[in-house]
Amino acid sequence: MSDLTFDLIGSATKILVVVNGLMATVAGMTWVERRLSGVMQFRWGPNRVGWFGLLQPIADGIKFAWKEDVTPAEAYKPLHTLAPALAMIPALCAFAVVPFGPPIELFGRAIDLVIVDLDGGILFALAASSLGVYGIVCAGWSSRSKYALIGGLRSSAQMVSYELALALSLIGVLLVSGTLRPTEIVERQAGWFWNWNVFGGWQLLGFLIFVVAGYAETNRLPFDMPEAESELVAGYHTEYSSMKFSMFFMAEYVNMITASGLAVTLFLGGYQLGVPLPLDGWPLALLQVGAFAAKVGLFLVLFVWVRWTLPRFRYDQLMNLGWKRLFPLALANLMLTAGLVAFDVIG
Amino acid sequence: MAFGPQSVLAVSAVLFALGVLGVLLRRGAILILMSVEIMLNAANLAFVSFARQHDHAEGQIYVFFVITLAAAEAAVGLAIVIALFRLRGSTDVDELSLLKW
Amino acid sequence: MQTLAFFVLTVLAVGSAAVVVGPWVKNQVLCALALAFNLVSLAGFFFLLDAQFIAFLQVIVYAGAIMVLILFVLMLLNVQDERRLAAARPFQRWLGPAAAVAFALIVVAAVRSGGGALRYPQPSAGYGTVRALGLELFTRFFYPFEAISLLLVVAMIGAVLLAKRRL
Repeated sequence: MSDLTFDLIGSATKILVVVNGLMATVAGMTWVERRLSGVMQFRWGPNRVGWFGLLQPIADGIKFAWKEDVTPAEAYKPLHTLAPALAMIPALCAFAVVPFGPPIELFGRAIDLVIVDLDGGILFALAASSLGVYGIVCAGWSSRSKYALIGGLRSSAQMVSYELALALSLIGVLLVSGTLRPTEIVERQAGWFWNWNVFGGWQLLGFLIFVVAGYAETNRLPFDMPEAESELVAGYHTEYSSMKFSMFFMAEYVNMITASGLAVTLFLGGYQLGVPLPLDGWPLALLQVGAFAAKVGLFLVLFVWVRWTLPRFRYDQLMNLGWKRLFPLALANLMLTAGLVAFDVIG
Repeated sequence: MAFGPQSVLAVSAVLFALGVLGVLLRRGAILILMSVEIMLNAANLAFVSFARQHDHAEGQIYVFFVITLAAAEAAVGLAIVIALFRLRGSTDVDELSLLKW
Repeated sequence: MQTLAFFVLTVLAVGSAAVVVGPWVKNQVLCALALAFNLVSLAGFFFLLDAQFIAFLQVIVYAGAIMVLILFVLMLLNVQDERRLAAARPFQRWLGPAAAVAFALIVVAAVRSGGGALRYPQPSAGYGTVRALGLELFTRFFYPFEAISLLLVVAMIGAVLLAKRRL
């Protein structure tokens, strides 16, 4: 088997595995969200469909597929149909640079457990999240409805504002790691868990800023004013129903998973176990993939937890937080990290 | 690769010409701004092509600065358009004829 | 393979620029979206020419921020479809395209006759990476870098002041 065919088959397999994994996680997340919110609000979550309601995502999927697809007469149809895809594609693409496992040996060749190991991988994730704004803008505008337009504009303004804080908090990690490659960033956090960037790299502030900005980027509470029911009906996806709406829904969950994956990769050591074990090869690789999945799962539970705990921000409070608090904090973190790196304390 | 600097520069020239056309023919102020952005992008493409041809990062540094300048120019230009819109109620540049003879 | 990519990208870039510039689409928001598409296809060109960092920068800054800003203003001001002129202005109407076509022909002729190379040479290792650009930027181009950050501050202040309702 030549190198090219091996690479092609390897990439195709990785893409299949990752996309299916993402979609399965999205389905699982809908169940987790509803059960966990039930636990926090002292009520049962879905428990009718299957044992513990575990078949609820399947029931939801069937419902969405069979629902009637209503498009407003005034809507601009080409963009109205394209917008869910425009929201979904960058969300899925951004996960392509997240390493979910160590390099493994297969058929005598080493393959990295990341779909594409770009030299500027972190920039690719930022670029994909920048492009994710267009789905929302197009959805809001093409629906020709005032709730949708205002919701779309608010949401895109929020995403663009918090992209700044997100990118600046990343730069601290880049200074400490000296590289933009996600695989190398994870490799540098090997060993004990105090090697992780959030502890040994002095990036706790950067980590907190990244998590808060990640919540704002994915339009999750407490930053979900653009889709809040009492404010804007449903914001930019007011005029959507059936599969198109569920595509926005899924795009939001995929964005959450990607944000969690990036936070884990950059700050929490990616797939590193945190304890050096005397294992090698396949057992270690499996453990490390499991560690990555566990860390991302922890973040997803945190997303749900914060959603059902905090009230949402008013829109001007939201923009105030992004521009006047997080942005200077991220700059301060950057200068602090730069000073530490320059005087050889870290990195 | 089978395409060369001449092809890329030809594309850049065509894009620049399209941008000039846009500035001359369009009536909406924001559309004129967008045509200027097309011209800037054509120049960026030419810079990147020359940088690749001479294997030097200098051309890419210029692209970096051009992109930054385009951002600043778009921000100020749009602020001017907003101020004009408040005055005239439309972004049509043909309505800005106070100084015409 | 790369030639195919070059042709596809050329068609996409020139096509979307034509949509922005031409009389076929009157809705300004659609023209703005076409321009965003043009910017992303130019980022594809930059990738093809091994300028990775610049390509990412183009997507993040140009397509992801500047175009969103333009779309914002278009949607908030609720700009109407562009009205074409009722009275024909024949001289100006034909001078513009003629000048643009003449310009394009001159540039293409200049490039072809000026001894331009026909093929790209192999780039050095690390060409177009962040490291290479960073080295150049912070050593040789240090003063322009600082000057442009000053320019950005001035532009920010200017934009805020110009768009205020009451000073």
